[in-house]
Amino acid sequence: MKKLIVLCFVALASVAFKPAEPGYKVGDTATDFKLKNVNGKMVSLANYKSAKGFLVVFTCNHCPYAKAYETRIMELDKMYASKGYPVIAISPNDPVAEPADSFENMQKRATEKHYSFPYLIDETQDVTRAYGAKATPHVYLLQKTASGNVVKYVGAIDDDTQGTNASRTNYVQNAVNALLAGKQPEVTSTKAIGCTIKWKKSA
Amino acid sequence: MKNRLLLSILLFIVSITSFAQVKRITLPQLEKRISNTDTVYVVNFWATWCGPCVAELPYFNQLQTTYAKQLLKVLLVSMDFDSKYQAVNTFVRTHKLVPEVYLASRKSDQEFIDGINKDWSGALPGTLIVNGKKGFRQFFEQEFTYDELNKLYQTHK
Repeated sequence: MKKLIVLCFVALASVAFKPAEPGYKVGDTATDFKLKNVNGKMVSLANYKSAKGFLVVFTCNHCPYAKAYETRIMELDKMYASKGYPVIAISPNDPVAEPADSFENMQKRATEKHYSFPYLIDETQDVTRAYGAKATPHVYLLQKTASGNVVKYVGAIDDDTQGTNASRTNYVQNAVNALLAGKQPEVTSTKAIGCTIKWKKSA
Repeated sequence: MKNRLLLSILLFIVSITSFAQVKRITLPQLEKRISNTDTVYVVNFWATWCGPCVAELPYFNQLQTTYAKQLLKVLLVSMDFDSKYQAVNTFVRTHKLVPEVYLASRKSDQEFIDGINKDWSGALPGTLIVNGKKGFRQFFEQEFTYDELNKLYQTHK
């Protein structure tokens, strides 16, 4: 009996001291969220009844990499929202650490640029942590299935941040096109230089 | 008047030559640069637009200056866009960067990141420490304080 109790404690301890969640990998099921959009309304993936999936893009106002990709993020929504894969943009940054990413500044940016997609703020940063976003921009392609939203691609939008190379590889487009064609994406995860997420300083 | 003009031209020349020009470097060239087994290399990946990177650059300066007589080479590899080459040069002068400064020349970030370290997500800053003699090579995706950086060097030199 005593042994069993000790064993329980060990098991508990190992759960408690498990290192921080590394985030979603391809094949994982992503949980839904409820975050505030720039128009003040709350947005969840569940709101999108007819979507086949989602392009969840962690991006922000201030980061030069995010800025470099802004137009391409807007194009992705124009290209794929009607086909069932809308862009859901999330700003993961703590506005205290990065005032340029405040909710007001997000509203300004979305209005100025006429974002056709929601631009949500992750005030608690819980969603960012759950997804495991490391930098901006960081894309998660989700496919809606009977058992939830399954991660199909994680990484960069393409391999040409500056947008100067006409023969760039469009990772996200290729992945969505594969899903639309009933196939699995060939490239399922990539990396790109980006701005670190600006985490809240813990009290 | 003429003297003053000459003097200002002279000062200008001194100011632009006292810091070396930033060199572009490809991944294979960088690997070659850090392949000397007699030397410990501390390679910091940064960008002019990256706040935390800029904040820790003085520590890399300090590390190189403090151990100028030891077999330590601090290299600063800027991940700025190639179109920002001049801005990086200006930055090096205004921030009086002592170590060798390079601009990463790459076709895609992907191959560069993976070439440096498979576990690097691509977020900046990142620092690579290499000691060929000990066969040691480790990458850190984090910011450093001077004490941490110094400790890292002392442990692995």
